[in-house]
Amino acid sequence: MKILKSLAMATAVSTLALAAQAETKIGMITTLSGGGAGLGVDVRDGFMLAIEAAGRDDIEVVIEDDQRKPESAVQIADRMIQSEKVDIMTGIIWSNLAMAVVPAATAQDVFYLSPNAGPSVLAGKRCHKNYFNVAWQNDNLHEAAGAYANDAALKNSFILAPNYPAGKDALTGYKRMYGGELAGEIYTKLGQTDYAAEIAQIRASGADSVYFFLPGGMGISFLKQYADSGVDLPVVGPAFSFDQGILQAVGAAALGIKNTSQWNKDIDNAANTAFVADFQAKYGRLPSLYASQGFDTANLILSALDKAEVKDQDAFRAALKAAEFDSVRGDFKFGDNHHPVQNIYVREVIQEGDVFTNKIIATGLSDHADAYASECNM
Amino acid sequence: MMIVALTKERTPMSLILILEQVLNGLQFGVMLFLMAAGLTLVFGVMGLINLAHGALYMVGAFAAAAVAGWTGSFVLALMASLAAAAAAGALVEVTVIRRLYDRDHLDQVLATFALILIFSEGTRWLFGSFPLFLDVPSYLSGPVMLPGGIQYPLYRLAIIVIGLVVGAGLFWLIARTRIGVQIRAGEADREMIAALGVDISKLYTLVFALGAALAGLAGALVGAIQSVQVGMGEPVLILAFVVIVIGGIGSIKGALVGALLVGLTDTLGGVFLPRLFALLMEPASAASLGASLASMLIYILMAAVLLVRPSGLFGGSA
Repeated sequence: MKILKSLAMATAVSTLALAAQAETKIGMITTLSGGGAGLGVDVRDGFMLAIEAAGRDDIEVVIEDDQRKPESAVQIADRMIQSEKVDIMTGIIWSNLAMAVVPAATAQDVFYLSPNAGPSVLAGKRCHKNYFNVAWQNDNLHEAAGAYANDAALKNSFILAPNYPAGKDALTGYKRMYGGELAGEIYTKLGQTDYAAEIAQIRASGADSVYFFLPGGMGISFLKQYADSGVDLPVVGPAFSFDQGILQAVGAAALGIKNTSQWNKDIDNAANTAFVADFQAKYGRLPSLYASQGFDTANLILSALDKAEVKDQDAFRAALKAAEFDSVRGDFKFGDNHHPVQNIYVREVIQEGDVFTNKIIATGLSDHADAYASECNM
Repeated sequence: MMIVALTKERTPMSLILILEQVLNGLQFGVMLFLMAAGLTLVFGVMGLINLAHGALYMVGAFAAAAVAGWTGSFVLALMASLAAAAAAGALVEVTVIRRLYDRDHLDQVLATFALILIFSEGTRWLFGSFPLFLDVPSYLSGPVMLPGGIQYPLYRLAIIVIGLVVGAGLFWLIARTRIGVQIRAGEADREMIAALGVDISKLYTLVFALGAALAGLAGALVGAIQSVQVGMGEPVLILAFVVIVIGGIGSIKGALVGALLVGLTDTLGGVFLPRLFALLMEPASAASLGASLASMLIYILMAAVLLVRPSGLFGGSA
């Protein structure tokens, strides 16, 4: 089945790529192999779901795999901009790759729409008129978690994140909103898989709660080991360790954990209901927040293309900024620095039949804009 | 002890915490030993640098996750990991690795790197891009209370015990059995043992499959508390190479001592260095500098060992 599906996918992509006289060319660089491939696959599948549903033959999408390596992302970007002459780029998952590609791309008059990474520099000092972030600024989900911790009367958090820029953004975001004491603050190794040492420190710290940002496999390892350790303090995290792709691998260890996200499959609007059903019908799995971000990115592009030619850059930019599309998140608008102003929800991990998933239990932050917008002079 | 006494002022650190971290270091070391044992045997006996050893670790974890998913039995899952990794190892040895023994190390590195890519994408093809579920069995889950009031996960204790039992078995195999004699002879002089009538190609396949099975077992054991995903073997592979370089290439005893040294250094360094730096600077930068230095610590250890003993702690006169 998997093979058939990927063949079908490949055919679909190449048909699009062969479409004659495509007027708009979109280059997608994302992670399709190696450790973080699940995220890139979801962004791509969500994006292509919207593009194919639009049924337009004047749009060509070129998809390439960056293998999570900044150097290959830069090479692919150069090729896409200089020889393929793409008009719009998107797809990058990781902040360090985005920092390597986005400033160069936007400086060469290419539009870049981020479906995931939102490094703080690109929201503030180095914001650019051709750069739009459709997902969130990196700090946002962590800020909502800090706000939730206050609401839940947590007073003594132990916080940990990997020792790299997005990890530091994460803890900064949490501390920006969180009003209690810190029982401890640890930076772990990026890619670390064993957290026995950290869990022992949590146990000894006298904390009343744990906040962690450990995306992908790191989070799976942490949660399983935490559940097995006998430490039973409440855990809060951003959606990245509780998305649909990895919840099944964590299993019951994640049940009941509160996490923050700008999207969930139970947000009640027509666009979201249709998205969840179509995604499941086409790919045979529930969509993750990454898939929802890819889907929204594609629909934003489509909505702008309905109003303006991409070659008419000023009109197209204005159409993107207006963001008149049906977001699966419900209301969606851009701030002046082209980053979303949106609600961020608190979700709880639940079990539906034998599938682990999330349900929204509260709104963490309403109409939340990022903290760097004031540094952006556009 | 200075460190401990001094840190007391800021963050109290109990003896219990230190003992728990020592256990964590032991458990990590034992897991590294399972990886490094196969790697050092293959390097010692066949003179082969096998970068694909981490791929066999991944094969073991995926086989265990698949079988645990079908049958619900963790014991069957462990047996499947041994069988699948050994079979994959034997297959690869017969089809690819066998052609590399006479080549130089660069060719071996290139070919086994290609094997990593083939195994990774092959696994993705079979199982998809998303991590698989493999959990600790219920009879090994949860913490136990050790003497002295240390609460420690039972499963990690089980890993330590399994690792030590497997280690003892390996020593017995190498020191007391006919195959062990052949393996030791192969390390000492490859041509001579062939001339003496030992079926060297069968021996090579056997050693390779044995190493692969150990890696597969490590993958399955660790998969239950970490994430079973494509590419999980490569970070461990790097550590396993550090272990065999410290221990001395070809030496099982060296692999055991090296693995425990690396495990303890990495775990204890990661915990205590940030606290040590916290005495000298503000907490945030101490945490980040301490964490950075802690991740370099095992490489500093390796460099120090190589300065004193260039062929590793238990290495021959290579």
